[in-house]
Amino acid sequence: MAEPQIRVRIKRRDRPEASPRWEEFSVPRLPMMNVISLLLEIQKRPVTADGRPTSPVVWESHCLEEVCGACTMRVNGRVGQACSSLVDKLAEPITLEPMTKFPVVRDLVVDRRRMFEDLKKIKAWIPIQGTYDLGPGPRLSPAEQEAAYDLSRCMTCGCCLEVCPQINARSEFIGPAAISQARLFNVHPTGKNNAAERLEALMEPGGISDCGNAQNCVEVCPKEIPLTTSIGEMGRQVTLHALKSLLSGS
Amino acid sequence: MAKARFIVVGGGLAGLMNTIRLAEAGHEVDLISFVPVKRSHSVCAQGGINGAVNVKGEGDSPHEHFDDSVYGGDFLANQPPVKAMCDAAPGIIYLLDRMGVMFNRTPEGLLDFRRFGGTKHHRTAFAGATTGQQILYALDEQVRRHEVAGLVRKFEFWEFLSAVIDGSGACRGCIVMNQVDMSIHAMRADAVMLATGGPGVIYGRGTNSTTCTGTAASAVYQQGAHYANGEFVQVHPTAIPGSDKLRLMSESARGEGGRVWVPKDPHDKRSPTSIPESDRWHFLEDWYTAYGNLVPRDIASRAIHKVCRDLGKGIGGGEMVYLDLTHIPAQELDRKLGGILEIYDKFVGVDPRKEPMKIYPAYHYSMGGLWIDFGHMTNIPGLFAAGECDYQYHGANRLGANSLLSCIVGGEVGAASMIRYAAGGEGKGEPPEGVLQAEKRRQEKLFDRIQVMDGPENPYALGEELASIMRSDVSIVRENTKLAAADARIRGLIERWERIGLPDKGRWMNQASSYVNQLWNMLQLARVIVQGALARDESRGAHFKPEFPERNDPGWLKTTKARHTPEGPVLEYEPVDISLIPPRVRKYDVDKKEAAATS
Repeated sequence: MAEPQIRVRIKRRDRPEASPRWEEFSVPRLPMMNVISLLLEIQKRPVTADGRPTSPVVWESHCLEEVCGACTMRVNGRVGQACSSLVDKLAEPITLEPMTKFPVVRDLVVDRRRMFEDLKKIKAWIPIQGTYDLGPGPRLSPAEQEAAYDLSRCMTCGCCLEVCPQINARSEFIGPAAISQARLFNVHPTGKNNAAERLEALMEPGGISDCGNAQNCVEVCPKEIPLTTSIGEMGRQVTLHALKSLLSGS
Repeated sequence: MAKARFIVVGGGLAGLMNTIRLAEAGHEVDLISFVPVKRSHSVCAQGGINGAVNVKGEGDSPHEHFDDSVYGGDFLANQPPVKAMCDAAPGIIYLLDRMGVMFNRTPEGLLDFRRFGGTKHHRTAFAGATTGQQILYALDEQVRRHEVAGLVRKFEFWEFLSAVIDGSGACRGCIVMNQVDMSIHAMRADAVMLATGGPGVIYGRGTNSTTCTGTAASAVYQQGAHYANGEFVQVHPTAIPGSDKLRLMSESARGEGGRVWVPKDPHDKRSPTSIPESDRWHFLEDWYTAYGNLVPRDIASRAIHKVCRDLGKGIGGGEMVYLDLTHIPAQELDRKLGGILEIYDKFVGVDPRKEPMKIYPAYHYSMGGLWIDFGHMTNIPGLFAAGECDYQYHGANRLGANSLLSCIVGGEVGAASMIRYAAGGEGKGEPPEGVLQAEKRRQEKLFDRIQVMDGPENPYALGEELASIMRSDVSIVRENTKLAAADARIRGLIERWERIGLPDKGRWMNQASSYVNQLWNMLQLARVIVQGALARDESRGAHFKPEFPERNDPGWLKTTKARHTPEGPVLEYEPVDISLIPPRVRKYDVDKKEAAATS
């Protein structure tokens, strides 16, 4: 029989420049709880396990069904979405910490803007000429669609960056998510038109050559995106592109 | 024309499409969003987007789509905009295809389409079972392109607080709050688009995301914008239980052949897979022979409610029925429904390919919203609305896979109107600084007041009380005594709001103070929903009153318009434009043709 109360330890920080502190909470156990519902219980009664009133914990969440990527954090030391982290499957006390590879804003909220900036660098879009009705898009076989769909489910959640040893204070590495997105747009019949620009972006400092091949990324991706395959494929494209440029003397 | 400056609030499908169209015309857009736009609630849309492309030789047409939508909405929608939406739909699907949305394909490489509720045609284009996410991503990518080109400025983690309205009653900009440093700013614009989604959080646990509070729509309602058909909210028949959210199980599960059933003996102790066909009751197929499992959502939700609550025939006598996909090959399921099977698997821990899912209805969508004209402008000149926060396209009940479509159409139509409005000269140029500053001061004073609230009430607990009232008394079945009592209890909550104690006194990413403001707005909007329902003595679409079980066209074929007063909403009504399809009786036990012949 499980305990009626769940112990939760949360690493908190009031402001980016403040030093972190740990607070412990005791939360009543409900059926089918996830980490989000623990945080919601604390919100309704923000009192620590030793009876001290505190502020509600601040976290980021939105869809609560693992399609938006917002609630990514470290749960018992492992990065993932708080919504799909089910309490019954977690060892207690449950520890919650913000991701470590992004600047903390407050408590469990981090600033992931760099990931969206990286999507700009690699021109992660299809260069359509306008949104007016210009008829159907290019035909794709079901096999091409299925392969591309697997890549297009990236939520920009940051799990792959969190576990990548090459992402650290001394590196500019763009990381697996953006590299895999470059692959997605390079296979699309229209997206291909910008393929060379994407490859050149990946040849810049912090580009694909910074990958250390640790292969942690593919292990933690909640959408099971074949990130290492993407990195391999883009490495091949970059090499070919470099060779071609060399031969054409450009 | 000279470059205009526009503000778009909300980065879901409607807001992003609106932004793209404005930027494409060369205008500058400030895009305000409470969450990074790529994380907007549109990601939760699963099943697909409708458009009568007629790829299966079924004789489908935009007119058939239009007729299904008007009929599905029980004739409450103004018909010309619905027709325009259905006419535009095939072109929109092609546009999304060109943007790179990874829609499923036929073996020939063409777009594949599946069936959805309330139609007999394969009309729904889909990208696995994460269609909303895939379309949102494509629009997000196009907006990023315009951002790089310098036309779009994004303000993510910023919240809309109110519209700036000048002495003539026109909207000249808005007041926004930075959710990190909590600073409040006035922004001017020639026109403002609200694409801020629905008010689902008023019902607490449902299928909506955490920011779907309706706070922006409620704020402008309290500033004089009319709110239409608030009483029409959709309860989705198939959601999975949870302690934080009731997660959607897309209608596409039934579109692909899923069947809803209960054991004939509710206390049957066998596992569902070992209950033979003869001991199962497929009540939807039984009651609605023509449409079966693909009846519209209001019908399916009422049927499940009746089986469980009135007949006591839910699984184990409780509030649960089976949604069964186990007869479909697992490989086909993965290809067409992978995204939702993954959700069931992850959150319930049971593989729905092998075992029937247990589901129950949950709050899902608001057909009602801000009143707008056919060009998407509210009754406040210069203030526009599109997407779930408007009321335009779905009448008394929305058909599945029409919401993504209405978001995109609304964004497009709204952009054209905004550009026309700005070129017309009204509200043009710099508003007097005093107008902006006065509204900014009003909002600063409000937040100064919230910051020092130190009463005994916890705001989140109050929000949960509101949600439980709405779920129990303003949902599938409505009774006048309960609705009147619900309104009284909400008035009580509004009084208790004054005695809130703000649980967080900080001035940095203070989510609690934002929530206290949102809660006020939710309480005001809840009264609009309840009073609209109380007044409407008939049953139509999602609004079902056993005391008045029939649709009453002579009395109630009219749009509810709520106007705010300090004492609460005042309801007014306006006629519905039924100029294209004469109203007829709506029934799903027989085909539309047969129904028309007998009515």
